[in-house]
Amino acid sequence: MISVGIDVGSISAKAAAMEDGRLLGSRVLLTGYNAGKAGRAVFEALLAAVGIAADRVGPIVATGYGRNSVDVAHKAVTEITCHAAGAQFQNPAVRCVIDIGGQDSKAIALDGGGRIKDFAMNDKCAAGTGRFLEVMARALEVDLDAFGDLSLAADQPAAISSLCTVFAESEVISLIAKGERRENIIAGIHRSIGARVVAMAKRVGLADPLMMTGGVAMNIGVVKALEEKAGLPVQVSPYAQVNGAIGAALIGAGMG
Amino acid sequence: MPSDLKPVDAAKDRRKIKSVRRMKEIMTAYYIDAKTASDTGKKVAWITSGGPVEPLIAMDVIPVYPENHGAMIGAAKMGVDLCEKAEAMGYASDLCAYARADIACATEDGGPIGGLPRPDMLICCNNICGTVLKWYEVQARYFGVPLFILDTPFTHTEYSPAANQYVRAQLVEYLSFLETHCGKAFDRDRLTEVGRLSVAGQKLWQAVLHTTTHRPAPMSAFDAFFHLALIVTLRGTQTVVDYYTELLAEMETRVAEGISAVPEERFRLLWDNLPVWYRTRWLAEKFAGHGACLVADTYTSSWCGAMPYLDESDFLGSMAEAYSRIYINLGTDLMADMVVEMVSTYRADGLVIHSNRSCKPYSLGQYDIQRIVQERCGIPSLMIEADMTDARNFSESQIETRIDAFMEMLATGCSPRSRPFP
Repeated sequence: MISVGIDVGSISAKAAAMEDGRLLGSRVLLTGYNAGKAGRAVFEALLAAVGIAADRVGPIVATGYGRNSVDVAHKAVTEITCHAAGAQFQNPAVRCVIDIGGQDSKAIALDGGGRIKDFAMNDKCAAGTGRFLEVMARALEVDLDAFGDLSLAADQPAAISSLCTVFAESEVISLIAKGERRENIIAGIHRSIGARVVAMAKRVGLADPLMMTGGVAMNIGVVKALEEKAGLPVQVSPYAQVNGAIGAALIGAGMG
Repeated sequence: MPSDLKPVDAAKDRRKIKSVRRMKEIMTAYYIDAKTASDTGKKVAWITSGGPVEPLIAMDVIPVYPENHGAMIGAAKMGVDLCEKAEAMGYASDLCAYARADIACATEDGGPIGGLPRPDMLICCNNICGTVLKWYEVQARYFGVPLFILDTPFTHTEYSPAANQYVRAQLVEYLSFLETHCGKAFDRDRLTEVGRLSVAGQKLWQAVLHTTTHRPAPMSAFDAFFHLALIVTLRGTQTVVDYYTELLAEMETRVAEGISAVPEERFRLLWDNLPVWYRTRWLAEKFAGHGACLVADTYTSSWCGAMPYLDESDFLGSMAEAYSRIYINLGTDLMADMVVEMVSTYRADGLVIHSNRSCKPYSLGQYDIQRIVQERCGIPSLMIEADMTDARNFSESQIETRIDAFMEMLATGCSPRSRPFP
């Protein structure tokens, strides 16, 4: 049986197809202004990429902020449950998941039996999220994909103390004006995210093995900052960005 | 289809609490009485929600509550407009939304009831927060009326004899303040009678809240938020005793007939902090959609929580302790003890904590309470960030995700208590 998970987030829409515990393929598109449309588009792109007809697909589960707008889905499940299921599928021993997505970050504590013990999410502010990084990339005129590598070249990470995205952006702009190296500013931004997210994860119980999921996991600088703050190695799977969609597909198949 | 031909949802109709109608009549009559006080020669005192109202009742002064009004403003979704007006007057957006709404409303007689009646005096008790001191000072200057401040020391770990003496002395001053501004002698026998009615009202209110220990619960915290208004505003009157007697009888009937607040009660949750007034229906439906009933809350139970310290035979003497030891005037450990006790009494499967941007003293220590409850009761908790009256602090999709995820977690059996009924 083929099951599909569709994760419509605030920035990107992801879809993954699973068959008997095997990932058939996945797709990522930008969400744009219409979550329902994005859900359908990424579903169709996935079918084309995997080369299967829609009628061969069994259960479809939607997740993410747009989960209730995906009309092809049979069920909506929150991204907390889906990320937990996806992470456990990739490493059954995992005890803590940190997911940083476009508009929120979350920490999920798992018990030994594959169940969620507790979770915490960022407060209403965007600091410590993908959107925060996007704003900073714009201010620094750097392509977001280059953020990770650039930050590794920092010699003295700058201090970014503001808890608010708007104020942090002003801080970054004043650092630029002072002539601070971009690498140091970017490393400072990653550190501020690391500090914020690890503090949140400690509330639910930071534990090893710790896995990071979500699109921001592709940024090696954030991963390193999390490791430094958590004092634990952070596992990142190559499917980090589509982890929520994988979890949703697994839940659809009754395996999540 | 014309509305009179709409099919009647019999089950939904059965779940409706019939006393609501009577409650609305009483509150309407109360506000009419207050708003026409200057015509009838009665005096009006504005008083804080945790303040000692009984001496006012004993002196035939009509008590009016800016906080009850703040709740009405919130429920009428008029909070944002009034808060913005207060901000334009120079008040910080970090200030309590009740304070902002009240201060702005006083200048234009706005809000759902065209403003509160002009006060003849203000009674401010800081057992609920420190904001009320400045808020009432502002209003005393604005209206040019006398202000009485009752200072109740914070109960960190225990209530000391010195604190008791200090508050008792102020209560004596309170009575002479009333004598001065009402122009008549204080009738202590009348206070004894009002005190008796106050205790009777609180006992009944507690009994009403206690009916939700039954599974399934005949009412939810969302109902309690509504029915609370009387024990706050008219405590010490026969009206309150009569009303809660009626409400209690209705709840007992519902228990006997198996009428529940939530159609299929699967989960029982405890709510902490004030309601989100402009979103009570959305929240009630959201939780009910998951088969969850908010069976109790720390907020509405505050108006009967200090009863152990009240002595009917020495009401004036025991008031000091009872008014000092209300929930929000306690240290975090004492608050946590009460929450733990409530989890056990109401057999709660989870705790829902409203981190209320407006109410700092209520929201301070919530992470600790969350941890203590987790350790001592083994139940999970959810924190929702919002505000009681300023809707600009409510983010629907974020809150929806948190609630949905929390309910998914409970449904997968995270908590040993969270099993479907029966």
